[in-house]
Amino acid sequence: MKTWVTPGGVHPPENKHQSLTLPIGSLPLPEKLLITLSQHIGTPAKPCVELGSSVLKGQKIAEAAGPVSVPMHAPTSGTISAIEHRPIAHSSGMLAPCIEITSDGRDQWQAHQGIEDYKNASASTLLQAIAEAGIAGMGGAGFPSAVKLNPGSERPIHTLIVNATECEPYITADDSAIRERAAEIIEGIGILSQILGHPDNILIGIEDNKPEAIAALEPHTQDSGVSVVSFPTKYPSGGEKQLIYILTGQEIPSGGLPADIGMVCVNIGTTYAIKRAIVEGEPLISRVTTMTGEACGINRNYETLIGTMVSHMLEHSQFNQDRCSRLVMGGPMMGFSLTSAEVPIVKTTNCILAPSYDEIPDDEPAQPCIRCGLCAEACPVSLLPQQLFWYSQAEDHERLEAHNLFDCIECGACSYVCPSNIPLVQYYRHSKGEIQKARVEKVKSDHARQRFEFHQQRMEQAERDKEAKRAARREAAEKAKTAKSGSEDKSGAGSAADIIAAAQARAAARKVSPEQQQAKFERSIAGAEMRLQMAEEKLAEADDSQTDEQKNILVAAAEAARQKLEQARGRLAEHLKERNGEQVD
Amino acid sequence: MAFKQITSPHAHASQNTGKVMQLVLWATLPGLLALTYHFGWGSLINVVLATATAVATEALIVQMRGRSVSFYLRDYSAAVTAVLLGLSLPPLAPWWVVVVGTLSSIVVAKHLYGGLGYNPFNPAMVGYVVLLISFPIQMTSWVTPLALLPDGVSHPGLVESLSIVFAGYSPADGVTGPTPLDSFKYSDGLLVDQIYSQNPLFSQAGIAGVGWEWVNLGFLAGGLVLLGSRIFTWHGPVAMLATIAIMSALFWDGGSSNSPGSPLMHLFSGASMMGAFFILTDPVSSAVSNRGRLVYGALIGVLVYIIRAWGNYPDAVAFAVLLANFAAPFIDNYTLPRTYGHIDRRRATEKEEDQQEEEKSK
Repeated sequence: MKTWVTPGGVHPPENKHQSLTLPIGSLPLPEKLLITLSQHIGTPAKPCVELGSSVLKGQKIAEAAGPVSVPMHAPTSGTISAIEHRPIAHSSGMLAPCIEITSDGRDQWQAHQGIEDYKNASASTLLQAIAEAGIAGMGGAGFPSAVKLNPGSERPIHTLIVNATECEPYITADDSAIRERAAEIIEGIGILSQILGHPDNILIGIEDNKPEAIAALEPHTQDSGVSVVSFPTKYPSGGEKQLIYILTGQEIPSGGLPADIGMVCVNIGTTYAIKRAIVEGEPLISRVTTMTGEACGINRNYETLIGTMVSHMLEHSQFNQDRCSRLVMGGPMMGFSLTSAEVPIVKTTNCILAPSYDEIPDDEPAQPCIRCGLCAEACPVSLLPQQLFWYSQAEDHERLEAHNLFDCIECGACSYVCPSNIPLVQYYRHSKGEIQKARVEKVKSDHARQRFEFHQQRMEQAERDKEAKRAARREAAEKAKTAKSGSEDKSGAGSAADIIAAAQARAAARKVSPEQQQAKFERSIAGAEMRLQMAEEKLAEADDSQTDEQKNILVAAAEAARQKLEQARGRLAEHLKERNGEQVD
Repeated sequence: MAFKQITSPHAHASQNTGKVMQLVLWATLPGLLALTYHFGWGSLINVVLATATAVATEALIVQMRGRSVSFYLRDYSAAVTAVLLGLSLPPLAPWWVVVVGTLSSIVVAKHLYGGLGYNPFNPAMVGYVVLLISFPIQMTSWVTPLALLPDGVSHPGLVESLSIVFAGYSPADGVTGPTPLDSFKYSDGLLVDQIYSQNPLFSQAGIAGVGWEWVNLGFLAGGLVLLGSRIFTWHGPVAMLATIAIMSALFWDGGSSNSPGSPLMHLFSGASMMGAFFILTDPVSSAVSNRGRLVYGALIGVLVYIIRAWGNYPDAVAFAVLLANFAAPFIDNYTLPRTYGHIDRRRATEKEEDQQEEEKSK
């Protein structure tokens, strides 16, 4: 079958044979298991068990929260011993909500059964079962499978791609699973095909460094419509975008999804989990994880319960910390270092790598970038990593976006080949974070500006409304006035008596008020007289016992009171004069 | 149990900048051997003297800049600059010419701009041009190739060469002479055929000039080794050489007295091969993308030919490279590769608004 060649790529030492000498094993049942509530892309699951309650293996302990989320299940039977924040497997070593189960040692399943006659079940029934089983992509990203497998009727799927590339060095989880479970995997692919309405092409993409796995698949793919396509080994062929290009020659548009071009790409480990969920009714509570690296005496794959502590795996793999240069979850290209082994395995953990200093020595100090271009030659998506690095240092976000920073898949090929040992990917992650932060800020500030402008508009509108009301009132008043005067005109001399009556009424109304005014003035005069009297009395009492200064104050007070009285009297006189005048008029 | 926090990728190829530079140094050997065989000890003395000066200067400046001397000397970049400069200077040039050129390269062209990785111009070529403009007499007298030395005259021995370089002794008559590009340029009024039959530089040569063709073949061989080791891509060198070949074919003019020379002469004479594989491939000062390097190489080819054919200087690689260095950032803006998932290549100068407009127009 024709395959296409991606640009760039690197050929790091594969180091896969170490973990393939033994079949998939299992670890002793851990005493405690820690289930992280967010081990997938989307909303964290919501706990649905109480602290102290006992659970059976496979029992749901956390519900999916929203459409893009998956539930969690108890990997073994036991008691819920904690629901709290714990350190999780994250490059920052951050805490996240977790459920801890203390095993009762019985490992007792809850009653479960698969969908009877699933071959005749509807897609929605199957999707429902996949969602209930808590299945999220097991290749690395952890996207909820039921969401991925339901791209909607407007995006018909013509090609189903099963990703068995496993291009990262050291990791053999998929390889070993295919060797031992090929029949079930193909059955799982059949279920996927059924859900997607039997797409025209079903391709298993696999690198040619896994001849045993390819041979294991062959007998089961006869007459199944599934083609196994092998292609030359090159990192990173297993990236979704790269694999789709290798198998079909088509590219996913930047920022888009495979479904946009009629394709769905699923990790091969996920197909196995889907088969278990549909046929056996088993939720996703364990996965194949590679334990490898020279710092461990035993290198092999384990069927590992989700929630198993990394330290538990190390303990049973003859781990020697003195030899260990770093502890990596994932592979040596894209995996992230763990600062502590007290973190749990999650649904996406395909490998724990404990390399020795010989295998992966400490990083050498970075030298200046000489723009040699080896990174650009290695980049699988045709970016210019050296320019991105330059602009990342300069924090020139505009240039970074023009150089398509966000199309970087962070595969690490550029850093791998960099002769100056520059941690290029870290610069890109940093810049992506900064740009995203700036975008959020921009949205926020845009929002705030809009709100402010809206507020401003509303205030102006209110002002305008008020003004309009006032104008309306004024107009109404004027209208009423003209209407009134008009009617007066019409009534003519006949209403002269009315006018006189009205004038008299007005005069009467006015008369009341001057009298009140007069009374007020008289009251204030009385008050002023009283205060003057008191001041004079105090002055008289002062005698010799007080200092001159105090006396002066009293004198001043008396004087002020006298002036007030004068003022009050003056005002009354004026008022009386006015009234008299008016009456004279 | 605590472990180190280290970012991915954890695996790393064994390549490092020091190794790259060392490989470049080794690759100059065939060219240096050819120079030494045909023109005597002079080039080797230039190379050694320039290297010693460069390393000492680099150490001093790195020390002054408060950096680790041993760390920065281990990148071998000063040595590469010095070796390339030494190879391009005339054999038996006075010692101070070499020293002044090297100082210009390391101090001015490299460290004043921020050191390795930050120099916009090729340091060796800056040094060369400073010398060419300042000391034209010393810079234009080349040694006569071995095959053309007059009877009874030989290239000075090592001791004699050293005394010429350091003590200012004059070489014997007939030891210095013009280069093929020189004599071709100043053979006005002669047909190309006449020049080729009368001038021993050409009449006794295979393709492009006695001695010089071997020097160019030497650099070609070294360059191919580097190309095979993926130290650089083919785009720059091929574009430059192809452009020179095309230009000289276009203006060949049937070998008339106006002809600026044949493609073979232009490809295998002067600094063509050294320029193509060792100078314009300097990644720091060149364009970055493969497409950009095609443009960059072609620009150098055009400039080299124009200056050789119609300019005042017989050779022009240094000027052409420096002019193209100026243009490199501009070329970079318009030669981005097409990224996966994009329909078209983008411009480096694209603004967010441009893109939004584009989307709107769609």
